[in-house]
Order: sequence, then C-alpha cells, then structure tokens
Amino acid sequence: MGTLSKAARSMLLSELVAGMGVTLKAFFKPKATINYPYEKGVLSPRFRGEHALRRYPNGEERCIACKLCEATCPAEAITIEAEPRDDGSRRTTRYDIDMTKCIYCGLCEEACPVDAIVEGPNYEFATETREELMYNKDKLLANGDRWESVLARRLELDAPYR
Amino acid sequence: MVKVTVDGIPVEVAAGSSALQACEAAGKEIPRFCYHERLSVAGNCRMCLVEVSGGRKPVASCGFPIGEGMQIFTDTEVVRRARRAVMEFLLINHPLDCPICDQGGECDLQDQAFGYGADHSRYRENKRAVTDKYLGPLVKTVMTRCIQCTRCIRFSTEVAGVPELGGVSRGENLEITNYVEKALTSELSGNLIDICPVGALTSQPYAFSARPWELKRTDSIDVCDAVGTNIVMQARGASVLRIVPRINDEVNEEWLADKGRFVVDGFRRRRLDRPWIRVDGKLQPAGWQDAFATIATRLKGMPGERIGAIAGDMCDAESMMALKDLMTALGSPNIDCRQDGAQYDLSRRDFYTFNTGITGIEEADALLIVGSIPRQEAPVLNARIRKRFVDAGRGGFPIAMIGAPNADPTYAAEVLGEGPDVLARLAAGALPFAEVLKNAKKPMVMVGHGALTRPDGQAIAHACWELAVQVGAIGTDWHGFNVLHTAASRVAGLDLGLVPGPKGRDVAGMLAGGVDVLWLLGADEFPIGRIGPETFVIYQGHHGDAGAARADVILPGTLYAEKPGTYTNTEGRVQQAFRAVMPPGDAREDWRILRAFSEVVDHKLPYDTIDALRARMVRANPVFGQAQWARSGTSDTTGPQAGNTPVAADAFRPVIADYYLTHAVCRASPTMETCSGIYVHPANQAAE
Repeated sequence: MGTLSKAARSMLLSELVAGMGVTLKAFFKPKATINYPYEKGVLSPRFRGEHALRRYPNGEERCIACKLCEATCPAEAITIEAEPRDDGSRRTTRYDIDMTKCIYCGLCEEACPVDAIVEGPNYEFATETREELMYNKDKLLANGDRWESVLARRLELDAPYR
Repeated sequence: MVKVTVDGIPVEVAAGSSALQACEAAGKEIPRFCYHERLSVAGNCRMCLVEVSGGRKPVASCGFPIGEGMQIFTDTEVVRRARRAVMEFLLINHPLDCPICDQGGECDLQDQAFGYGADHSRYRENKRAVTDKYLGPLVKTVMTRCIQCTRCIRFSTEVAGVPELGGVSRGENLEITNYVEKALTSELSGNLIDICPVGALTSQPYAFSARPWELKRTDSIDVCDAVGTNIVMQARGASVLRIVPRINDEVNEEWLADKGRFVVDGFRRRRLDRPWIRVDGKLQPAGWQDAFATIATRLKGMPGERIGAIAGDMCDAESMMALKDLMTALGSPNIDCRQDGAQYDLSRRDFYTFNTGITGIEEADALLIVGSIPRQEAPVLNARIRKRFVDAGRGGFPIAMIGAPNADPTYAAEVLGEGPDVLARLAAGALPFAEVLKNAKKPMVMVGHGALTRPDGQAIAHACWELAVQVGAIGTDWHGFNVLHTAASRVAGLDLGLVPGPKGRDVAGMLAGGVDVLWLLGADEFPIGRIGPETFVIYQGHHGDAGAARADVILPGTLYAEKPGTYTNTEGRVQQAFRAVMPPGDAREDWRILRAFSEVVDHKLPYDTIDALRARMVRANPVFGQAQWARSGTSDTTGPQAGNTPVAADAFRPVIADYYLTHAVCRASPTMETCSGIYVHPANQAAE
C-alpha cells in the first residue's frame, strides 16, 4: 500500500463517492425537518412548558394555597398570598409566577397535592416585554381553562409512572 | 437524687421524676403528644412508650415513676414497633389535610409521623368526622383533626383557671367541647393554639396567612402590659404576621396574654407614616424639615417652664431618655411618664417595683392584693399566682383582695372590702386575714394602680408598706412589697426620672394650663380633651389616636416591633427587644427624631448611635447596665412617703375598663375590637 494506493484512491475520488452515497441514501429517506410553526414535533406527556392552574370539573379552582410549590421552587419564582374565602375555605388571593425566573424544573407540579399547578405542553409564549412574563393568578387560571383537555390527558398518560 | 440508666447512659434525676424526664436528662428524644412540662400528666396518647428493665410490656414514660437503678431503653425493636403502632392508630382518624392545615410545618403529629410512623396506611374504612366548636373570635377549631390529647382541657382548667373545656363521650367518640356555644372567657386563650400539638386549635385572625417556614423571627418584648413577656415577632416582608411567646421561666414561662398576641393586626392600620402640620385648623401632610421648623418657630423665645412633655405607656427607655435630655436642654422641668396620675415615692426603687419577683410568687405563702385586678392588668402574672395557688393545695396559699368584689381572679380569693379603710383594720388585727398574713413565712402585699392612681395613692402605698413590715414581709431575704404596674414603660420612665423636676408640673398641672407647648411621646391615655385650646401640641407616635387628633404637629414614630428598644417590666427587670420590620413611610425611630430635632433648636443631644444613647442611660441609672435581674431583700424598713392626702374611704375602681382596648395599637386592631364586643360589651353585640 503506502504512497501508491493513497495516490490511486485520491485520483479515483473514492471518498467523495462514498460521501455522495450517504447523501443519496438520505435523499430517499423521509424528511427529519419540520415546517415549524405550521408543523410541530411530538411532545412527551412529561414535557414541561408554560404553567397553568387547573380547576375541578365543577369550576372550583383546585389550588388550596398550601404553599408547597412556593417552598419547593428552587428559583423562588412563585409568590403566594392566602386568606380564608367567604365560605371559610383556604384560597389564594395572589398566585404569581415570575416566568423569567422559572427554570422549568417541574418541582412545583410534583409538590402539588391537588394537581393544581401543572406545566403544560405550551412552549410558545414568548413576549415582547418582560412584564408580560410576570404571570398572575388570572393568567394562570386562564391558561388552565384553555388547556384543560390536554392537561387532563397528559396527567392520565403519565399516571402509571407516578 | 435517683440513679437510672437510659440506653446505657447513667443519669441522676430528682426523686419523683418520671421516666420521660430521665430520658430527657440523658439527651434522648421521646416523642409525645399529651405530655407537657407545665401541665399535669394525662398519659393518654401512649406515644412516649419505652421499655423498662424487668417490665414485660412497654410503659408510658410520661407517667412512669423512676426507681433507683432502673434501666430504661428507648431504642429497642419493641419500642420502635410500639411507637409505629401507636402512630398508626392516631392517624386512623386524623384527616390527611395537611396542605390546608395551618399547623402544617410546625405540627407535632406531622413531625413525629415522619420520624416514628410507618410509610403508608393500612386503613381503608371511613374516617371519623367531628363538628367544629365555637370557642370565640380568637381560636379556630377543626375538631376532626383532634387527637384527644386533652392538653387544651388541662391548660384551661389548670393554668388559665377557666374550666370551660371538657370531653364528652368515650373512646373513639370522645370530643373536646365547651358544652355550650360560648366564647372562652380567658385572657390566655391564645396559648391553646400553641399548646395544641395538631391543627385542631389554630389562630383565627392568622388563618391561612402564612407558613412557618416563610417567617422571619425576631426576639422582642411585649408592651401591652408591664409583665415584660418575652415574645417572638414573626414577620414576612414588611409586616409582622403573628406574635408567639418565647420561653422565659423567670417571666412568662411559655404563656402570652391574648392582647399581646392578637394585637398584631393593629400594627399596619391607622399608622402615622409622615409628618403632619395643622394649618388653619386642618392637618396637612408635610416634610420632616417643615415639621421641625414649625416647632422650632413656636419654641423660639419660649421660656423652659412653659414647655411640657408626657411620655406614653408603650415607649422604650431610649426614646424616654432622649425626651428627658431634650426637655432638660430646653430648660423645662415639666416632664411626666405617669399619664394615669399615679403617685410613687421615688426615693427608693423598691417603693415602685414588684420586689418579690414573678418567680418569687411560687415561694409566697399568703397574698394580699390591694386595688388591683391582676387577671386583667397582667394575665400572665395572674397565671403565676394561680399556679402557686394550685400547687399549694387547699388553704396552702391564702389570697385576699381589697377592691374588685365582682372580678373572677381564677383562684379563690377572699374579698376583705372595697376601700382602703380595710388596710387599717388589717393592721389593727381586726380581720381574720391579718392573722393569716402574720403567720405566713413569706407573705406578699401587692398594690395595684387602682390604689396608686387615686389622690390618696401614696398614703395607701405607705399603709401597705407598713402592713408588710408589720407582718414580717420585708426582710433581708424576702421582700413582700410589690407594685403591679400596668404600663410597660412606667418603671423605665421612673428609673430615668421622667417625673417633674423642682417646680415642674405633672400631667394634671400641665393640663391645667401650666404649659404652652406640650410634647406627647406616644401619649394617648390621659384626658386629651382637657388640654387648653391655646396649647401647641406636638404628637410623636405611631398610631392616629386621641393624641394625634389633637396635635398641631405630628411626628411619625415607631412601634415596638420596628425599633430596637429597652423595656423594664414591673419587677424592674431590664430587657431588650430587637427590630422585626422597618417602619412604614417616613416614620423614624423615636430617639432619632428627638436627636434630629435637638439639632434644629441648637441643643444637640450628645449621642449619635443607639449604643451611645444606652451608655447615657446607664449613666442616668446604673440598673440599665445590669445584665441580670435578681430579687433582693432589704434591711431598711422605712416606708415610702405617705403624701399629703390622707386615706379616703371610697371603694377602689378598676384601672382597666376594657381589657381589649387599652392603648392606641389595640384600638386600631379589628380583632381586639371584635373581642371587646364579645367579651366586654356583650349586650351591645346582641343589640346590633
């Protein structure tokens, strides 16, 4: 071998041909890229996206102001204030998440004893200003209402592994 | 002392101790629910099981007396299994509602289930449910959570002395109840919240407001009465959310009166948060410079004796020192810290302090209360009297009262009469109680402000002292003459000499047109309406109350939670509080306001830091430099001056008209308002 074969291979462009072969193979395979935002990739039911506060089917909010999510949040992004509601039940008067602080670790979801705060499948919530990323309770509940069917389905799919 | 071995560790404990105390002496942690150091032993939760040598089964250590050479095992397999089983039984009927329970995070059951319980429940049947009881506006009940430890029953019966709680039914059906729908009539009911090991009794005003792990804790001193209860201010952000007692066996053990605990919601209401100046009869917001300039203009050319100052009942010693120094610099002898007009002989400190000491009550063997209702004036001190009364057994601690015939003091007290003329009859030996006092080894005489605020107050104090000397209450090893104060700032004020100087005027003299400029340092509890219409009033304080309404200039000061301060309790014990939160708005620490103002009128006070000010206080009176308070006797039995007014015969009147509304902060508190409506004026409540 040595110098002679090296020269021959170089003359016959064998490496180029091998490379073109790979290209040709891929040419006939189905496409991996998607036409985002018109097409979207598959998400695991455990995907941790934008937060939402869920309600019970009768419309009652789930959150009971136990403050476990606030306590567990490693980024200290959650702020809760609570007081007795008129009927004496324990509810939040304020539930804020600073989405710029949030690191999307999902510990709040794990800590929640009533599946109230969840991280949904939505990752398209970019905003033009920082202020819009300071979520309050109304925003989170609205998220929950909007995504409820998907959220319920995701929890159901993930339930066997919890 | 008895020698026992706990897990191989030899310890010596006092004879008559329980196995649990021996284990604690050995540093072993024994889980418990029903056992509480300051209550009787009930032995019904069974959580404190340990093994004892020679025993066939585990025993409840809280009620098991130790014997010489006994071996106790706290960590055997049998003990661990027994604890797990007890915990499983306790959790059978305990709801798993920790997330909505206010006790969550500071719950004995939660902690001990984590430490000693099993990891899952085998119980599949329905849990028991119990209806909630009404215990008044302070204590919230969720009776389903109750584990029937009976601590609350024992507390109300033994410590508070209002046996209004009890158990009905047996076994699983046992319910804690007050039998009738009625608010607890105790000034110590807030302690039920601390004492309940689970979330069955929680604080109503604090309901759902915060979790224990969010709160920043600051040691402080309660100023709602003169006991000097040690407290912890628990704050989140800019507001104090709750106040709980701190253990100090010398003062308050671990109790706190309801006013000191629940006054907290008055901290942020009706606050003075910026200076105000009265312009054309109307108060207008202003800046500090303008306010100072207005006062300085008014003071220009004013002779010192036309200026006066009154210090309120919640002031710290630092601000009173600064006020006194400012008045001295302005040449004014008119200063007073006695809004209620009480008379004392200030020549000796033991003429105006509680010399027996609060712990001394536990040694006393006879007590005479003169013109005082300690249950309202100092509920925690009253609990100490009751403790002594209960410990001494029947007839062991005879108590007599002069005045207040209808008050329920929570212990058996013989009412000798209603007026001070009884003192003379006692001294003459005309009453059987005179014999009791004479035969007692350590008798106590306690004079309250029902007596001292009368015109003949000094004569009554003199008569009480003479009586105390006569019955042998004053000696080198026992000092049985006591003054029970109601104002937290009073003893410090007297120690610092906030009383009129030579030719000075007291509160009454100042109100009678003796001054043209009146500086009120948090003073609201005197007849404000009697201030002359021409008098220029400066109100320096924290709440918009009577004083602020009359003021021509308002300087926003700070509440006791917002400043480091020194307070002297009725015993003369000097204690320090720390700052828990920052004052709102433009409000500043009171001594800093006085120091800043002194510069405006060119009488700069010689201290720039609180340490320098405290050094000044020690120079003014060395008691402020003493690290420890110790009670002491006296060999000098010369009594206090009798004053000029002879003892009159009229009945003593209570000093506190409404326990829940005694100062500006509680008048700003909705909780105290509710309590006053329910407890003090129930008729009005019903009419509404």
